Amino acid sequence: MFSRVKNRNLIRLEGNGGFPFDRMMTILCYIALITVVVLPVFMILYYAFWDGTKIDIAMLQQVIFQKSNLRSMWNTLVIAVFSTALATVVGVFFAWLLGRSDIPMKGLMKFLFSIPFMIPPFLAAMAWDMMFSGRGGYVNKALMSLFNLTKAPFNINSVAGIIIIEVVYYFPFVYMQVVSALERMDPTLEESARIAGASQLYVIRKITLPLTIPAISSGMLLVLITSLSNYGIPAMLGYSQSIFTLPTMIVELMNRAGGSFEGIRQAAALSIVLVFVVSIALLVQRRLLTHGRYDIIKGKSMRPMLIKLRGAKYPLLVFSLLFLGLIVVAPIVMIILVSFVKAYGLPFLAQNMTLANFRRIFVGNIMVRDSVKNSLFLAFSAGLFCLLLGTMLAYVIYKVKPKGGTALEMMAVLPYSLPGTVMAIGCMLAWSGAFFGITLYNTIWIILVAYIARYLSYVLKSSSAALQQVHGSLEEAARSCGASHLDTLRDVTLPLIKPAMISGFFLVFLPCMRELTTSILLYGPNSRTLGVAIYQLRINGQIAPAAALSVVTITLIIICNNAVKAITKDRKRG
Amino acid sequence: MEKVELKNICVSYGEHVVLKDFSLKVEPGQIIGIVGPSGCGKTTIARTICGFIKPQQGTVKLDGKTIFSHKDRIDTPPEQRHIGVVFQDYAVWPHLSVYDNIAYPLKKRRLSKQEISPQVNNALEQVNMLGYEKYMPSQLSGGQQQRVAIARALTSSSDFLIMDEPITNLDAKLREQMLVEIRMLQQRLGTTIIYITHDQEAAMQLCDKIVILELDGSIAQIGTDEEIIKNPANRFVFQFIGVSNFIPVMVDDGKVFFDFEEKILFKSKIPEKLAGKKAMLGIRPMDIVFDDDSPVRAIVSQAVFLGNMYNYFVRLSGLEIRVQQIATSENARSYAEGQEVGLAFLEERYFEREDA
Amino acid sequence: MDQIVLEHVTKSFTTKALGTVVAVRDFNLSVTKGECFSFLGPSGCGKTTTLRMIAGFEDLSEGSIYLGGKLVSDRKKNIYLPPEKRELGMVFQAFAVWPHLNVYENVAFPLKVKKYPHTQIRKRVEEALHHCNLDGLEKVYPSDLSGGQQQRIALARAIVVNPEVMLLDEPLSNLDPHLRESMRFEIKRLQREFGFTIIFVTHDQAEAMALSDRMLVMDMGNIQQIGTPQELYQKPVNRFVHSFLGQSNFTDVVIRDGRAFLKEDESNLLFTGTPLELKGDYVMATRPNAIDVNREDGYRTTILKRISKTDFMEYLVSVGKNSIMVQTPHRNFFRTGDQCFIKIKDPTWYRPESKDIGEERERRNTI
Repeated sequence: MFSRVKNRNLIRLEGNGGFPFDRMMTILCYIALITVVVLPVFMILYYAFWDGTKIDIAMLQQVIFQKSNLRSMWNTLVIAVFSTALATVVGVFFAWLLGRSDIPMKGLMKFLFSIPFMIPPFLAAMAWDMMFSGRGGYVNKALMSLFNLTKAPFNINSVAGIIIIEVVYYFPFVYMQVVSALERMDPTLEESARIAGASQLYVIRKITLPLTIPAISSGMLLVLITSLSNYGIPAMLGYSQSIFTLPTMIVELMNRAGGSFEGIRQAAALSIVLVFVVSIALLVQRRLLTHGRYDIIKGKSMRPMLIKLRGAKYPLLVFSLLFLGLIVVAPIVMIILVSFVKAYGLPFLAQNMTLANFRRIFVGNIMVRDSVKNSLFLAFSAGLFCLLLGTMLAYVIYKVKPKGGTALEMMAVLPYSLPGTVMAIGCMLAWSGAFFGITLYNTIWIILVAYIARYLSYVLKSSSAALQQVHGSLEEAARSCGASHLDTLRDVTLPLIKPAMISGFFLVFLPCMRELTTSILLYGPNSRTLGVAIYQLRINGQIAPAAALSVVTITLIIICNNAVKAITKDRKRG
Repeated sequence: MEKVELKNICVSYGEHVVLKDFSLKVEPGQIIGIVGPSGCGKTTIARTICGFIKPQQGTVKLDGKTIFSHKDRIDTPPEQRHIGVVFQDYAVWPHLSVYDNIAYPLKKRRLSKQEISPQVNNALEQVNMLGYEKYMPSQLSGGQQQRVAIARALTSSSDFLIMDEPITNLDAKLREQMLVEIRMLQQRLGTTIIYITHDQEAAMQLCDKIVILELDGSIAQIGTDEEIIKNPANRFVFQFIGVSNFIPVMVDDGKVFFDFEEKILFKSKIPEKLAGKKAMLGIRPMDIVFDDDSPVRAIVSQAVFLGNMYNYFVRLSGLEIRVQQIATSENARSYAEGQEVGLAFLEERYFEREDA
Repeated sequence: MDQIVLEHVTKSFTTKALGTVVAVRDFNLSVTKGECFSFLGPSGCGKTTTLRMIAGFEDLSEGSIYLGGKLVSDRKKNIYLPPEKRELGMVFQAFAVWPHLNVYENVAFPLKVKKYPHTQIRKRVEEALHHCNLDGLEKVYPSDLSGGQQQRIALARAIVVNPEVMLLDEPLSNLDPHLRESMRFEIKRLQREFGFTIIFVTHDQAEAMALSDRMLVMDMGNIQQIGTPQELYQKPVNRFVHSFLGQSNFTDVVIRDGRAFLKEDESNLLFTGTPLELKGDYVMATRPNAIDVNREDGYRTTILKRISKTDFMEYLVSVGKNSIMVQTPHRNFFRTGDQCFIKIKDPTWYRPESKDIGEERERRNTI
């Protein structure tokens, strides 16, 4: 994404200093980015370091060394490190199993892997909480009665619980990277080792594994960064036991602050700490990407040799299916069961099942109806805005190539590396009357602005990839056929990036439908989202209706996902 | 009147000077090849004529009309120059059908559907692609896409085309075929074509006239293939056209010697074509033959059988030169490594020497 | 001594798309120690499959393979020696140099696997690097080196264990043309110094002829001809070998009384001196370079086209309604339309080919 143009003089030679259309686009981009991205970020820095009259580091120090904050930092790190390590082990294990062994039913298992991506982490956490909550989880109760135990055997509301859930939902990040490397590796790299006298095991140890280290590392870092920034899982699982991580702590401080300057400053200061930690991880990732890439993937269609599992085949198959069944199927089953139960805690017997929960959330419940409407509106609008702005940005950065191009790119990508919580706080601070008296707080518009800031870089990435595929010669051919610069954009460039633009829209629409992190900080009485609605139902003890709404949400997401797949598949043929 | 005239064109990118004072006239109805090593500026010339590059100096005239003049601040944008362009990577638009690709220039000229259709069909006929109107480019092979690109260039302008390495990305057999087709098309329509390539074999086969550019963008020679082969203007041209050997010679006492550490007698009379005291002898490997009676002796250092010919490297007093011999049963005698042989030189040429 | 022996080796496989395909059919070959032997053929002909069977990456369907007198593959006897135990050196088309190891580690790998002592490893690696002109590059990583240098790393790694047999799978096709020539020379030189037997797989006939002591041409799984390069070039056993090894002209003729006339016009005498036993319809195969073109005498013809090539001039001359290609040095210059004479030398005579073979080849080429 950070590729730079090589010969600026070549561009200067064309057109008398640039086309007016292009210049207008560039200015628009600057305005949009400053408004949407720079101002919120600036506000955080301002609140963290400025006490109203001068630069003040003392408050920052005070916040950092406060006991509860230190505790949350410690939790964050412990959770991140352990979940990364374990997710890597699980991810690499499955990558080997599916990518390099002769285990059967690979298709089924690959399908099962794709499901966790569709379920929002906080919903998953809620489901696991229903199963293994230390105070009344269904599975715990079942186990207790089965084995005559006095205490619940598993307590998911703990640091360990959070780690386990994160591992279960993030290991696919590692799996995808490693399996891709394993499946597409040039087989002659291993064959040449065998000819040199190495046994299959030696080849794996000395050649295959080391060559997959870049893939493993990039997967690991993805898990690390996601875990550090994650709000939903610790919110669901840790809140009741006052187990905080940095993101949940920041939200807690904001809520306690109640609008006071001091309180907000503390939250902002803690945000700086979080951003600092995440940035370190990002820098490491950057270094790895540029230095550690091996060119091991060749175009030839020869497949690497598969390891014959022999005796271990069926035991491993059973184990894998059980594991996948537990982590993918069980939570969904649990949510569905709870959504039908009269009250949470009742056993799942026929006389306890009812449709009342669904009726309650749809009929007469304004909050739920509104939240569905709001989420749809926000997802659609954010998708549209990001689509337009992101594509415009891609065009300006990669085709117009103005002088400040790098700055534009960095501004657009910045929110991608900021945890959602931090970005949300920045938006809140920026649009509560700080600039020209504009206040969007408590309206739906502030959530929209936050969404745009957060997801813009997704569209930027996909549109720039598409734009770079449109070779200059395609546009020059149009010019030499009599098309003006604008004609060319309309007749050649735009049609060719349309598929990417459409998938870019959905790249934003789908996450917006199911997100919680941003809206939990920015919602007002009339601007709840689906995520907020579920969370509130849950917090208020209405667990069964929360489950019902979750079922509706998950169904909605699956329908949307498949609709997107169908639409984009069709587009590819055209 | 010339079809295209370039006068005193200067193009530089920052410090790097690509073309300096470049001038060229192209007669109508001919295929002109512009050939040179990569980086010599031939693509820059094409892009200047098309209008994608604005030179720092000079003028470009098309059919006598000035389309670019730095002095007079005239700069016709590419879309108004009406030149047909065929790009190296075809640049056929993947989202439009064959018909729509070819019809595009006519659409831009605001012709009606009734006017466009016969012209598109005519262009398709010229490139043997009738019947492919509804195909999408992804359904076509490389050669077919190239033909669509040519047809589109023809509808853009049937009397002037610029082709930039159009056949480089095709496989050998298809290349031969396309060269023949391009020639036949040109003869049918009388189109003026500027053909840009680094492949001098293709240029010699196709073009009426060839412009050979040196690495610095200056013109080494302009001529027909016969002229270039028979009378290469300088050492660069000679080397560019084919495999060559260069041996330093010097004149002394009315005789010609090979100019090594030791002076080896080459000719006892100074040939007419040799001027000056020192020169560089240029000779094709096929024009050196083995002659047991020759006083010029060398040692075979490598002998390779390539089927249709033998490829020898022989050492002439420390300088390794290449000798090629067509392999037939008549001269089937092969020479082994280490063997001493006599060399006779046919058809030698003399060029300037840098240190002369 | 026969270093490599293949007896009745056959390899067939079944795919959903194509059914059963016989990739290699009844392959018989003996390669003597120290020989440089090439497998030449178009893509899909089975040459690489055969090489991989010798290496042990593929198992054969029928037949046996012996290396150094030892039976290494035999389906019937259920014998299959895995690649790591066959003690071969191998160089792959895309070099297969390990990017995560530096030059020294790459070349030392085969010795480390066999647990050679450190001092010996160092000595042998340095020797191998020296032989392949890689001195001083021990600590460099392959991605910082050129294609030619990477190829030499692969070579050094293969020779460091002093194998008796080297297998080379299209090792030069990923190099620039002028680099290919010098690498050919290096390989030959190494063979002379170390004395190993080479099997070299390629689709480039010039390369095969330049490098080999003996070679074979394969097509659609079958060996067409085995012999020295000169034998194959000058006495190709069929049309396929003839046209694969170099440029060919094929002209339909009728032979009567030791003379060959154009089939389309039987009064047009092309060549005198055919072998006595030949009579009737034949195809005359000639090499463009074995046709002498001059202004004095021979078969009268017209120059239809001139094609200037880098090494020589090519002329298309008329023969009846058709044409044949002639190659001659640049100094023999003719213009299109010139009248001239040609003298045909060393023609080969074939019976006319059936259509089916052409069609089957088309089908194979789509695999």
